[in-house]
Amino acid sequence: MLSVHLILFLAFGAVCVAGAVNLLVQRHPINSALSLIAVMAALAGEYLLLGAEFVAALQVIVYAGAIMVLFVFVIMLLNAGVEERTQGSRVAIIIGIPGMLIGSVLVAWVVLRHSGTGEVAVGALPGPPKTIGDMLFHEFLLPFEITSILILVAIMGAVVLASKPPSSPAEGPTQKVKD
Amino acid sequence: MPIWIYIVATVIKSAIVLLVLLTAVAYTVWLERKVVGHMQNRWGPTRVGPFGLLQPAADGIKFLFKEDLTPPHVYKPLFLAAPLIAVIFALTSIAVIPFGNAITLFGYSFPLQITDVNIGLLVILGVTSIGVYGVALAGWSSNNKYSLLGGLRASAQMVSYEISLGLSLVGVLILSGSFSLREIVDVQGGTFLGFIPRWNIFLQPVAFFCYLMAAYAETNRIPFDLPEAETELVAGYHTEYSAMKFAMFFMAEYANMITVASLATLLFLGGWHGPIFGPPILQALLPVFWFGAKVFAFLFLYIWVRGTLPRFRYDQLMAFGWKFLLPLALANLIVTAIVVVVK
Repeated sequence: MLSVHLILFLAFGAVCVAGAVNLLVQRHPINSALSLIAVMAALAGEYLLLGAEFVAALQVIVYAGAIMVLFVFVIMLLNAGVEERTQGSRVAIIIGIPGMLIGSVLVAWVVLRHSGTGEVAVGALPGPPKTIGDMLFHEFLLPFEITSILILVAIMGAVVLASKPPSSPAEGPTQKVKD
Repeated sequence: MPIWIYIVATVIKSAIVLLVLLTAVAYTVWLERKVVGHMQNRWGPTRVGPFGLLQPAADGIKFLFKEDLTPPHVYKPLFLAAPLIAVIFALTSIAVIPFGNAITLFGYSFPLQITDVNIGLLVILGVTSIGVYGVALAGWSSNNKYSLLGGLRASAQMVSYEISLGLSLVGVLILSGSFSLREIVDVQGGTFLGFIPRWNIFLQPVAFFCYLMAAYAETNRIPFDLPEAETELVAGYHTEYSAMKFAMFFMAEYANMITVASLATLLFLGGWHGPIFGPPILQALLPVFWFGAKVFAFLFLYIWVRGTLPRFRYDQLMAFGWKFLLPLALANLIVTAIVVVVK
């Protein structure tokens, strides 16, 4: 029987897939970015329906709200135009689309047939922020800390790459403009 | 409680809250014009109604009947969607804000809040973070360099200050141990030493300062109204908008101000707690009154600041956000965490 829950779950899933397809079809980068935001928001809805309200909120705040804003920001800043369409090879269409469909059906079949997968009831997975906090800071403390250090290193790397090369005084008088 | 009563109650509550919010938005504009006028030795609106009180209605009619221009060469789908995004998300966040204790009618208990979710604070943060797209896309789709600069500034500024905003709230969350706005307010009942109310502002003054600064930047208000700096960018992201579409950005800005003021009241100023006295009907209404009074005070502070301070330069804005506010919020968080653990 179709419950409201299942209908909503399928609806959000459909939005997700439609957004992902639209992301590929659109020719302007800003439309693609907005489709990606729709995918992120729909994913948040799916998490919420699975009872993971904290993850859903973070999905919206971090991915849809912060990371995608930066994507849109960069697209706006670079003033990226409409992408040019090449004719493309007919072979890619003839082989590619059926191949992709067969591949995804195979993956879905394998995942569904795998003995470990079953139905997940709402609330079966850790949802409340308190549970997640407990798990992060007890059970998964080491991976959590390692990830944070990894991100810190990545940030420092980005800063090093983005900063101007240090101007050495030997390079010439033009460098020495008072600012 | 039967499901149909719940649905009817929710619909009625939503209608009332939306009506009150839109009225409050209109009269915040009136209040701002009046207060700033008096600060600058002018009268502000006086002609329409007593004290100009009908001015918001006159403005609304004017916005509705103005010609709705769509300039050529704009990117139409997003040009039309941007004001909608801005105003819809600005109005949505009111849904999780509680205004007072539950009231009992016909034997059922109704909380004074459209919906009570256990991650209420995160919902507000999420909804406001999506609201940025309204401003950013308006700037981009207008096909105007001033609009684009305004949109870029808005997105950069909001992303930068959202971090300080979030960190300043974590201190309060550590003290109250919940994301639910209702529980955060419940923790603030009672007094210290018998006369100081147990509000978080006394426990977390640094966090309140960070919140205040970040909130001004998030709502694009003076002294951080760089996205619409008239002296540099004509009107920033809404330069090309007219009539009701312009009014939607205006409504979004003031609705965001009210959300920020409500959040400050709930998190730092004790929510609806205040002296309760008198007959039962008064006792039921006083919490809502205290909540409204605190929100009003916060909005007045907004207007007062607008009448007092000049606008920052853009580099000052970024330096303040990243080099001063963020370290301060982090330090406050660490000190709070250590104190809580030691206690």
